[in-house]
Amino acid sequence: MANPTGIGAAILRKEDRRFITGRGNYVADLKRPGMTMGVFVRSPHAHAMVRGVDATAALAMPGVLAVLTGADLAADGVGGLPVGWGITGKDGLPMKEPPHPALADGKVRYVGDAVAFVVAETLELARQAAESVVVDYDVLPAAVGVLDAVRPDAPLLFDDVPGNLCCDWDMGDRAAVDAAFAGAAHVARISLTNNRLIGNPMEPRAAVAEYESSTDRTTLWTTSQFPHVVRLLMGNFVLKIPQHKLRVVAPDVGGGFGVKQFHYAEEAVLTWAARRIGRPIKWVCDRSEGFISDAHGRDHVTEAEMALDETGKFLALRVSTLANMGGYLSTFGPNIPTNLYAPLLAGVYTTPAIYCEVKCVFTNTVPVDAYRGAGRPEATFLVERLVDICAAELGMDRIAIRRRNMIPKEAYPYQTPMVVEYDSGDPVGCMDRALEVADWAGFAARKQESARRGRYRGIGISTYVEACGLAPSRLAIRMGARGGLYESATVRVHPTGDVTVLIGTHSHGQGHETTFAQIVSEKLGVPVERIDIVFGDTDKVQFGMGTYGSRSLVVGGSALSKAADKIILKGRKIAAHQLEAGLDDVVFENGVFSVVGTDRRRSFDEISLSAYVPADFPLEALEPGLEEQAYYDPVNFSYPGGAHIAEVEVDRETGSVELVAYTAVDDVGTVINPIIVAGQLHGGITQGVGQALCESAVYDEGSGQLLSGSFMDYCMPRADMMPRMEIQTHSTPCAHTDLGTKGCGEVGTIGSPAAVTNAIVDALSELGIAHIDMPASPNRIWRIMQNARLPHAAE
Amino acid sequence: MDVALEVNGAAVRHDIRENTLLVDLLRETLGLTGTHVGCDTSQCGACVVHVDGRAIKSCTVLAVALDGSSVTTIEGLAATAGGDALHPMQTAFHEKHGLQCGFCTPGMIMSAVDLVRQNPAPTEREVRAGLEGNLCRCTGYQNIVAAVIEGARVMRERQGV
Amino acid sequence: MKPFAYHRPTDLAQAAALLASTPDAAIIGGGMSLLPVLKLRLAEHAALVDLGRIDGLRNITAGNAELSIGAGARHAEVAASPEVARTIPALAALAGGIGDPHVRNRGTLGGVLANSDPAADYPAAVLALGASIHTNRRSLLADTFFRGLFTTALEPGEIITRVTFPVPLAAGYAKFRSPASRFAIVGVFVARFAEGVRVAATGAGPCVFRVRHMEEALTGSFTGQAIAGMTVAADGLNGDIHAEPSYRAHLVGVMARRAVAAALAA
Repeated sequence: MANPTGIGAAILRKEDRRFITGRGNYVADLKRPGMTMGVFVRSPHAHAMVRGVDATAALAMPGVLAVLTGADLAADGVGGLPVGWGITGKDGLPMKEPPHPALADGKVRYVGDAVAFVVAETLELARQAAESVVVDYDVLPAAVGVLDAVRPDAPLLFDDVPGNLCCDWDMGDRAAVDAAFAGAAHVARISLTNNRLIGNPMEPRAAVAEYESSTDRTTLWTTSQFPHVVRLLMGNFVLKIPQHKLRVVAPDVGGGFGVKQFHYAEEAVLTWAARRIGRPIKWVCDRSEGFISDAHGRDHVTEAEMALDETGKFLALRVSTLANMGGYLSTFGPNIPTNLYAPLLAGVYTTPAIYCEVKCVFTNTVPVDAYRGAGRPEATFLVERLVDICAAELGMDRIAIRRRNMIPKEAYPYQTPMVVEYDSGDPVGCMDRALEVADWAGFAARKQESARRGRYRGIGISTYVEACGLAPSRLAIRMGARGGLYESATVRVHPTGDVTVLIGTHSHGQGHETTFAQIVSEKLGVPVERIDIVFGDTDKVQFGMGTYGSRSLVVGGSALSKAADKIILKGRKIAAHQLEAGLDDVVFENGVFSVVGTDRRRSFDEISLSAYVPADFPLEALEPGLEEQAYYDPVNFSYPGGAHIAEVEVDRETGSVELVAYTAVDDVGTVINPIIVAGQLHGGITQGVGQALCESAVYDEGSGQLLSGSFMDYCMPRADMMPRMEIQTHSTPCAHTDLGTKGCGEVGTIGSPAAVTNAIVDALSELGIAHIDMPASPNRIWRIMQNARLPHAAE
Repeated sequence: MDVALEVNGAAVRHDIRENTLLVDLLRETLGLTGTHVGCDTSQCGACVVHVDGRAIKSCTVLAVALDGSSVTTIEGLAATAGGDALHPMQTAFHEKHGLQCGFCTPGMIMSAVDLVRQNPAPTEREVRAGLEGNLCRCTGYQNIVAAVIEGARVMRERQGV
Repeated sequence: MKPFAYHRPTDLAQAAALLASTPDAAIIGGGMSLLPVLKLRLAEHAALVDLGRIDGLRNITAGNAELSIGAGARHAEVAASPEVARTIPALAALAGGIGDPHVRNRGTLGGVLANSDPAADYPAAVLALGASIHTNRRSLLADTFFRGLFTTALEPGEIITRVTFPVPLAAGYAKFRSPASRFAIVGVFVARFAEGVRVAATGAGPCVFRVRHMEEALTGSFTGQAIAGMTVAADGLNGDIHAEPSYRAHLVGVMARRAVAAALAA
């Protein structure tokens, strides 16, 4: 009997009501008694010594409560911001990890680096006061791009980090790769830039901090994807507040995409300042401020080459990447272009030997960290662009070369040469389905039709595999994680049989209040209306690592599944006692406990009630209550995969690209709610299309000023940029999670940049164009067409 | 400076500073926090409300300039549809999964209602063009577009058009 | 925003008197340009004089030879006006493509012209149509009104009241807009009159400008063919992260041809 609200049911979201009626509860909506407002004074320079901060005028303004600086932090013994991963270089030495003070300590290292924090009775006053703070800067030359920062004469961000090199890291078998290249029939090469992005969740970051002296308790409300981790990092490493005296709450959060999964300086400064002045403080990031203080994403410069035999078989892949870390290491910064990048370079192919070296480089820009996909879109873009180039150079069909090299379904589990073992997948199946849905075979006719209208048309495919479900702690620790990445869930069954789940992940758009309820519904037979999912408050939820890396359903869902199993076991024990049967004879099916082969039964609700009003429990063997907790640490990553196909038209005169069709066939494992999965795909694909077509964080190379510092210049995808996307799933269940789920939050962002770019290159291939960097802006395409001596002016 | 407005059907009179933006009056003074601020360059549309029936960005209008006007926010939208618990456009956003994180949603719904009032039977292309003043980072717009078309259908039905 | 005094005059004389008597007072129309600048604290004024309550500033009237649009007319009103649609449909189309729906519901013609933003749409139409800008003191021809980057012939305290547009035989506007800001990277308006064709380009340079060699060619033959391959010199054109000067120069040619096509299709 199918559960109408169980796994696989296409039910509508439980959480929608408050959002569609304007009753969401975001941090910026909060008001606390006696609340003050905070504003940060930020560096206008990319690189400068701070000779002094003069707050005399600000402090003289009535209503200004404090102007705090790095010196005050140091005087209070406040530590720097910690890094969650420590990677090790080729030389066996740990990465360079210079201090990251929450407010600048004598030097600023990017435009936006916080120098002082002003607290006043009103926002207007705080702004005025912040403007009157005089900072004496001694401006230094800046190292802005990675290529500039690694030059021998580049200015150094940190005296003790020569060459601005955080870490020279590698993975793979260099000797095997060299040998394969030596004997290769053909070598295809690519040089590319993976453009720097700004995540821009629609809700800007915000925080409110409050200290209650009577209880010595501190509360921080923050726009975070992982409140427990903020409590641990900030409480334990930065501010030294005992965990039981610190509460961190992430209420409704308006999108994250990775941007909100770091412990930010502002969180620590607000919390510290609120304790210092004894009043609640609120800070709401302006969007312009967010552009220069939210961690950025991507930003690679890469050279890669593929060795092939004469039949188009991949023999070896060699990759060398410069990855931008920005001015300091953000929480996961060094992990992204290394451990979340290199292991995915096999993609869905049987490439037997791979070597990847990554130089992580400090620059005078905002710190760079995870942004939706985080490392994996960069790997996929590189591999899938290079595969198209291989095909072009060998004169092979783009599909044929992929088919020739794909891992066949029956070869799973498949050990790649780059540490990871794919548990399950069917890339050929995904690709074939995508080709059919996108009518790849009918493309030639559509291209002709476009040509008649004076437009170039192109079609492009990208396959991909992602490693997500962060993370198997055993593996993660080996890769440099400074802590395991399990997840926890508590299932609290009330005496009525209604259920509250307390889970350590955080939903900020992903629909956990629905999806997780469906898992419980499936397990316990309780309809979702009777199940509430609670998260985001360290006072309520036991512990959790939060939401990032497409981990919530895979890791959190598995913890929840385990906890529900414990509930069933406990329920069976109660039923066995009440029905006077042996435990092994009691089964739980369709929401009913029964004794096998008899008509003796108890409903779930009856057992729930008796759990809390026990009459004669044998207390040494059976405790009252019906609440269970489980922690789950996955044994492996999960590996969603798929094939995406994009079709574009290019305006011959202006170079502008119109995305006319998009097809995605994804293997995300078991689907809990197909509506929500499709929504995740839509959003992820659109962000990837944004990277391919228009999004780019651009710095002035000399001054280090961010030129794309607002929505006026940083182009966000709008409704009219997207076609209607066709989303299908082709699932092979994950082999090692309870539910078979693989994760779907990031796959769209991973598959789409290469699909779109491959389509654009295909459209322009008749001009001899073999590659175009992202974003494929009209100006860039026009310029490349000009250089290809296109007779485009003959309109 | 004194400003008198009708907000969600109720008369409101406040002595406010001249530089108060409508969005600040709504959020800070009146506690109507359903109207959001997602940028500072009048681009994102999270703050869209209706003033005298037309959608505007409440982050880019002085409250004092609207003295005597009627303002409808997401909190009061349902009442404009005849006192139902939800406006058909709100229902459509729910039914078509037209929202994820919910932050852009109030502005998106307010824009959509005005769009449909101007063009009761918009095509998909017209909806996409008509939403050019609203950014969403979660949905890729696909289900928002579907929701607007569905909301328009129900709005037409209600009006017997 | 820094504090300011706010005045809401109900007639032009009052407005002029306020502007004359208040130091550092700025005029506010729809506020679509001024408020963002004030919000980002890039400018401050001691006082704002809001023209929104002045009667008659929003009127749109049309005869056979002339269209008159009040300075306070909102872009959405111009876009939807039957008078505009009857006389200069290209102008209605232009107004319907400014910014986004919310900007169009607030922004005014007078506000756009007084600001002279190099990427605004209206200046192209005003210049190409040879419109007259009427103020509370005088009338100015479009050819002398736009003086440079954010600079016009308006004197301190001078208030635009309405703009009159000669009705052309045909007109068209084509815009290559920034996908981020929705402003024109390049916009070209072409207007054909019995006496000849006028072509104006916005977005391309620091200020809207006429493209004389295209005007001559189009006066000879009002077809896209007549200006095939034509462009403008890239020297002095705007360059930014979205479009380099030579690309803008190229786009002036492309948009001019598309504007002609639009005029011919109308």
